[in-house]
Amino acid sequence: MQTDLLQEARRQAEICNACRYCEGYCSVFPALHAERAFSDGDLTQLANLCHNCRGCYYACQYTAPHEFNLNLPQALANVRQDSWEDLAFPRAAGKAFQKSGVMIALAAVIGFALLFWAVRALATQGGEGFYAVLSHNAMVAIFLPAFLFPLFSIAISLRRYWRQVGAQRLKAVHLVRAFGQAANMRNLKGGHGDGCNFEDEDRFSQGRRMAHQAVMYGFLLCFASTSVATVMHYVLNMPAPYPLWSLPKLLGVSGGLLLVVGCVEMVRLKLRADTSLCAQGAFGGEIAFVGLLGFVGLSGLVLYGLGQTAAMPVLLALHLGSVLALFLLTPFTKMAHGFYRLAALAADSQRQ
Amino acid sequence: MTPAGTNPDVVVIGGGNAALCAAITAAEAGARVLILEAAPKPYRGGNSRHTRNFRCMHQGPLGPLVDSYTEEEYLADLLKVTGGKTHEGLARLAIRTSEACLPWMEEHGVRFQPSLSGTLSLARTNAFFLGGGKGLVNAYYRTAERLGVEVVYEALVTHLELDEDRINYVDYIRDGQTHRVTPKSVVVASGGFQADTDWLARAWGPAARNFLIRGTPYNRGVVLADLLAQDIAQVGDPTQCHAVAIDGRAPKFDGGIVTRLDCVPFSIVVNKDAERFYDEGEDVWPKRYAIWGRLVAAQPDQVGYVIIDAKSLNLFMPSVFPPIKADTLEELAGKLDLPAEALAETVATFNAACGDTSGFHPTELDGVATTGLTPPKTNWARPITEPPFYGYSLRTGVTFTYLGLKVDENAQCAIGDRPIRNLWAAGETMAGSILGQGYLAGFGMTIGTVFGRIAGKEAAAHAN
Repeated sequence: MQTDLLQEARRQAEICNACRYCEGYCSVFPALHAERAFSDGDLTQLANLCHNCRGCYYACQYTAPHEFNLNLPQALANVRQDSWEDLAFPRAAGKAFQKSGVMIALAAVIGFALLFWAVRALATQGGEGFYAVLSHNAMVAIFLPAFLFPLFSIAISLRRYWRQVGAQRLKAVHLVRAFGQAANMRNLKGGHGDGCNFEDEDRFSQGRRMAHQAVMYGFLLCFASTSVATVMHYVLNMPAPYPLWSLPKLLGVSGGLLLVVGCVEMVRLKLRADTSLCAQGAFGGEIAFVGLLGFVGLSGLVLYGLGQTAAMPVLLALHLGSVLALFLLTPFTKMAHGFYRLAALAADSQRQ
Repeated sequence: MTPAGTNPDVVVIGGGNAALCAAITAAEAGARVLILEAAPKPYRGGNSRHTRNFRCMHQGPLGPLVDSYTEEEYLADLLKVTGGKTHEGLARLAIRTSEACLPWMEEHGVRFQPSLSGTLSLARTNAFFLGGGKGLVNAYYRTAERLGVEVVYEALVTHLELDEDRINYVDYIRDGQTHRVTPKSVVVASGGFQADTDWLARAWGPAARNFLIRGTPYNRGVVLADLLAQDIAQVGDPTQCHAVAIDGRAPKFDGGIVTRLDCVPFSIVVNKDAERFYDEGEDVWPKRYAIWGRLVAAQPDQVGYVIIDAKSLNLFMPSVFPPIKADTLEELAGKLDLPAEALAETVATFNAACGDTSGFHPTELDGVATTGLTPPKTNWARPITEPPFYGYSLRTGVTFTYLGLKVDENAQCAIGDRPIRNLWAAGETMAGSILGQGYLAGFGMTIGTVFGRIAGKEAAAHAN
């Protein structure tokens, strides 16, 4: 990891530890105040606990132009971003994609191209609906590895993370606490429940928390839709297409809507927020990632709406291409933050 | 000028807690309010930026506060620190009103948090602001702007024109241009004069040039001097300031809370000649924090050096800058620019005077004392023997000055024994009316909130 970023975070953490005014904002400060000196692992853990709510920045009497020049949200974001690049497996992919919107866009385009090629090369006769364009077996052949590889990669990264921050043996209770905090985004509530500072300097709002939860739950609903459909296909012998009032459609349509709305709002907020409080150079990668996620949701909805028209094969290739890119890039884009965040929250719950 | 080019009803001079409480109260009473804040926006809020809590009377659990804290207990705590130099009537007014202030603060955007780690002794008496004083200041500016209060930053008020018993106009400079406003009422809440080093040196003596100022560089006392020159009633010892001993590497201004050092009880403190000069273990640190500012101020070059060894390093709150570290006392003396032989002798003499240390207890008066040593160390006296050795330099850090405007229970200023019809004062600039010497944690914010609200109410009533 980059020693200059760690050193700057250490300098700032030591000032924070002598002050302690921000103790009530989030999980970072009680964890920070429990230490006297900060190892690289400690700083990595604090960085991944930080949700960039910015409460501490706007409340800080030592931000520039003060000579202490504190900007803890950015110092921790830099370490966090660096840790994601460094812990990624393979590492080169983390370095290539985390900050680069161009590379993410390129990956999406390659995903589209691959699916267009698959549609042409693996065209089937006799299938129904989407399967008339690309057979179920071909889809599985493409998406099963694209799903398993990221899981494998993330597992290796989380193991590295766990060792680096010096966490103890994981127990169920730690995971329960971590999921509980993620479920309502406790760390974007600001301690007082008024929300975080993001789009309008020191004004507290629930905007970012709501946008984040729309994206998160939207994605989870879409994922649940696919999972339910898989079970229906293989276990219940009920192949697609499914009617609107079926579980896969209900989950998928509501999830897709939430995902699109959440991503649009998230981009809008990010464009208004002060970028000097984010990780340096990560803005393009973040916007591209949110864009890709939103495109997955939008293309899925459009595909559903126009599934009976001549545009369907093109839409299918676009949707599946974006899903492919999203899955494959999961360990190397902002998508990975959810896993690191959960790990950080679980490790933090060991302190209590 | 105000938006329509008209004169405001109320001008509030200053931009900290007291000023904001006055402005909000006046605006809620229907007045058009203009705040003239000397600092640029990032430094707005005066010394309130650096505060962290509000001392509050309460009959039962209230907000973040546990148990109860009665008027009599509060007053007794105040009289203890001020040695009786307290205006009891105004002190009781501040104390009694504090209880109603806390919900008012919450209604106007202030958020509290449980007592900070390392400050559990204050959990019953002091309500801590979430994020500290700048969080409070930010919330009040949001509230004030919502109420239509106009704020002009970098507005340096130079003169208030007194005509018999009323202020006729207020002059201020902004961007090199002089502006004049003619409000109906004026509230002065622009703090003391501690950031004017020349004034401080005239008042205290030349040693004051070596003092550090813990708070804002914008409290230069310009308005205070202007009003006192027009014979407006003053209060408080003009030569005195509240000062504590802080990390000698702190910035000249605005170092704030982080520059405090809590290691003195576990140390020996020497001057630049490597000689001890006071009992480091006289009492628990919070009770002795303040006297060390004066003790260091009385030493040559106004500097002291704290010497500890490895066994004491983790007994106190972490410092903002890491301590100077050395494997031998000689090396430490070199790094601190102290005479090495003299330091070795002082430490050896001290070590020889230490006795049985088995009763050592870092958080209680443990009676582990030196024998036959002058000055003695009466608690926590353990020999300094275990390398590495650590050192900090200490300097005098000024918190606030006592000289101020004398006000009555309506926060109204006076000339002779006649009240000035349209001039009120709140916060640090009139705190000397209550606090003759010493300081009680969180009481400055109580005075600012209580008298800010009174001043705002009276100023708006006069304007209407």
